[in-house]
Amino acid sequence: MNYFPDEVLEHVFDFITSHKDRNSVSLVCKSWYKIERYSRQRVFIGNCYSISPERLIARFPGLKSLTLKGKPHFADFNLVPHDWGGFVYPWIEALAKSRIGLEELRLKRMVVSDESLELLSKSFVNFKSLVLVSCEGFTTDGLAAIAANCRFLRELDLQENEVDDHRGHWLSCFPESCTSLISLNFACLRGEVNLGALERLVSRSPNLKSLRLNRAVPLDTLQKLLMRAPQLVDLGIGSYVHDPFSEAYNKLKIAIQRCKSIRSLSGFLEVAPHCMSAIYPICGNLTFLNLSYAPGLHGNKLMKLIQHCRKLQRLWILDCIGDKGLGVVALTCKELQELRVFPSDPFEAGNAAVTEEGLVLVSAGCPKLNSLLYFCQQMTNAALITVAKNCPNFIRFRLCILDPIKPDPVTNQPLDEGFGAIVQSCKGLKRLSLSGLLTDQVFLYIGMYAEQLEMLSIAFAADSDKGMLYVLNGCKKLRKLEIRDCPFGDAALLEDVGKYETMRSLWMSSCEVTLGGCKSVAEKMPSLNVEIIDESEQMEFNLDDKQKVDKMYLYRTLVGHRKDAPEYVWIL
Amino acid sequence: MENSVAYEKATELRLGLPGIDEPAVLSSVKNNKRSLHDEKSGENGKSAQNETAPPSKAQIVGWPPVQSYRKNNFQQAKKSESECGGIYVKVSMDGAPYLRKIDLKVYKGYPELLQVLENMFKFTIGDYSEREGYKGSDYEPTYEDKDGDWMLVGDVPWEMFIRSCKRLRIMKGSEARGLSCSGV
Repeated sequence: MNYFPDEVLEHVFDFITSHKDRNSVSLVCKSWYKIERYSRQRVFIGNCYSISPERLIARFPGLKSLTLKGKPHFADFNLVPHDWGGFVYPWIEALAKSRIGLEELRLKRMVVSDESLELLSKSFVNFKSLVLVSCEGFTTDGLAAIAANCRFLRELDLQENEVDDHRGHWLSCFPESCTSLISLNFACLRGEVNLGALERLVSRSPNLKSLRLNRAVPLDTLQKLLMRAPQLVDLGIGSYVHDPFSEAYNKLKIAIQRCKSIRSLSGFLEVAPHCMSAIYPICGNLTFLNLSYAPGLHGNKLMKLIQHCRKLQRLWILDCIGDKGLGVVALTCKELQELRVFPSDPFEAGNAAVTEEGLVLVSAGCPKLNSLLYFCQQMTNAALITVAKNCPNFIRFRLCILDPIKPDPVTNQPLDEGFGAIVQSCKGLKRLSLSGLLTDQVFLYIGMYAEQLEMLSIAFAADSDKGMLYVLNGCKKLRKLEIRDCPFGDAALLEDVGKYETMRSLWMSSCEVTLGGCKSVAEKMPSLNVEIIDESEQMEFNLDDKQKVDKMYLYRTLVGHRKDAPEYVWIL
Repeated sequence: MENSVAYEKATELRLGLPGIDEPAVLSSVKNNKRSLHDEKSGENGKSAQNETAPPSKAQIVGWPPVQSYRKNNFQQAKKSESECGGIYVKVSMDGAPYLRKIDLKVYKGYPELLQVLENMFKFTIGDYSEREGYKGSDYEPTYEDKDGDWMLVGDVPWEMFIRSCKRLRIMKGSEARGLSCSGV
């Protein structure tokens, strides 16, 4: 291989696109490392504190696309204080100062200020694509800067961000010369948008393939947009409320029928269930349907809609679909690969409308199922064992029984055997979330069988340190472990500290680990940042090593302690 | 075993007023779990069922594990539903020169509604009974439902009523008495 000129190797490497593979390639020898780093265009950084922007820029001068993730996953559930960290500004600042020709930035769980968006919009001439997922800290003013300054913008994709909506005319800030949009998603914005500006923007974007509207876009505007963009592949409907006998609704029916390319449908943020028949003509081609923000759609109207969706591969739905509705899914959606059932009432956990029955039905009817997120009222071992037999291809299996320590209601047993069956049968399982009553036994099974497991989420489970030890010893490919409210203490934490260097991160909250235990880890492993998050300021007054730590987050890093931690975060 | 657990709890010496349960806090979930497993060895986890129920969900931070964006969205939806969800209906009274409008969502039930109508039009409604409708006065509260039929107020559950009521009419005199006769 050393006799090939660099250009040949570079050409070969062009075909290697997965991050993992490119990382492996760079480890083969110095020459490959060098060629790989100069030709690398896309970089994924799973923890923004594991490396610094300066080192990134130094190693990959040809960088065009950067993906960054900030806060730990449990931040989604309010377990991480808001200003913990994950600020993108320093990254944009450093990239702007360098000669990197950034074209794409994808951020998840990061704090994004308007200043960063403005700097971003002005610093990179060829900037094409901005994707923000579960981020916060910006307003529509920042979006206005992006719209106004990024002349070749192709993609603006805002997913589930908390945006301060100033109801400004950010949409009007797209200049008339901007005709390059391929994807526009502003479904998460809560405020009004300039409908005229939106119509004009869509009219002059012939390449627009993906359009996701927010609640403020009414049905008659939707109709006009669809008439101008019949080439859409992905549509997110904002408001879908109208009189089914109105002229606007008739026009909509015609407009929808022209959209023969739509494969993905979402939204229905406000919905009149009796108007769904207009959608039927496009249902037959849908591969992705997301109704998880449409609580107004349930019962027969929902089932009728689903019965039209024979080619569905991914379905995101609310639990008001019920077990019966899942039965309809099982009969209709034979191509289904991914199912997510969200609770329609995340506050009143007693009212979930799906049980183990619905899951069993889907597993029997949809043999291609490989990814599951399921919030339910209850689960039985028998059901899980059946599901494991029916669907051995699970890659992601996330089960949330709304009552956190509920046993099998039929046998009153813990759910160890059920989850054990899942990990034993699904040899490719990469991600697992557990719930219900669980003892150390389930972790024995996980350690024994879950050889490909990369991410594990545990809550209110186990009896002793043994549980955690089984996992740390058994799961060789484990990258992310997040634990809350389990009786795991220092013995488990300290058993094999070297293991944490092979992982991206470990989160433990409301467990039994002590300050002394955490200090010990930090001492033995300088390549880890061990953070104690203590908002109650107990740590300040009581430095007793035996003190239990409320929240600990540790992660491997090449750049030592971060400098932007707030007061209540103590890096050991 | 179940009985002895209940007996033990009843005779337990505690500081604190009798009849007050342990406060439901996060830590008690963990404690419940531990004692759960201690007893389990004896009797196949039956205690799982009659051990103290987990604390109310509202008190467990971050549970269920639903993204806060989704939770906030749900709250928004609920809020806007209640904000602009007022059910305004016209109220007419036989003989009155003009109609009034009221928001049915504001009232919690029939007694409140009837009281408001009485005050608004300065009259008295009789006592309601299922068999005989409103007895004791010349007036009967009626409403037009979604099918266009005129119904006597009070027959169906309140929630059903406010969803199906399109307008109210306070009938007077013989017409009213015709409606309230059973068998009509």
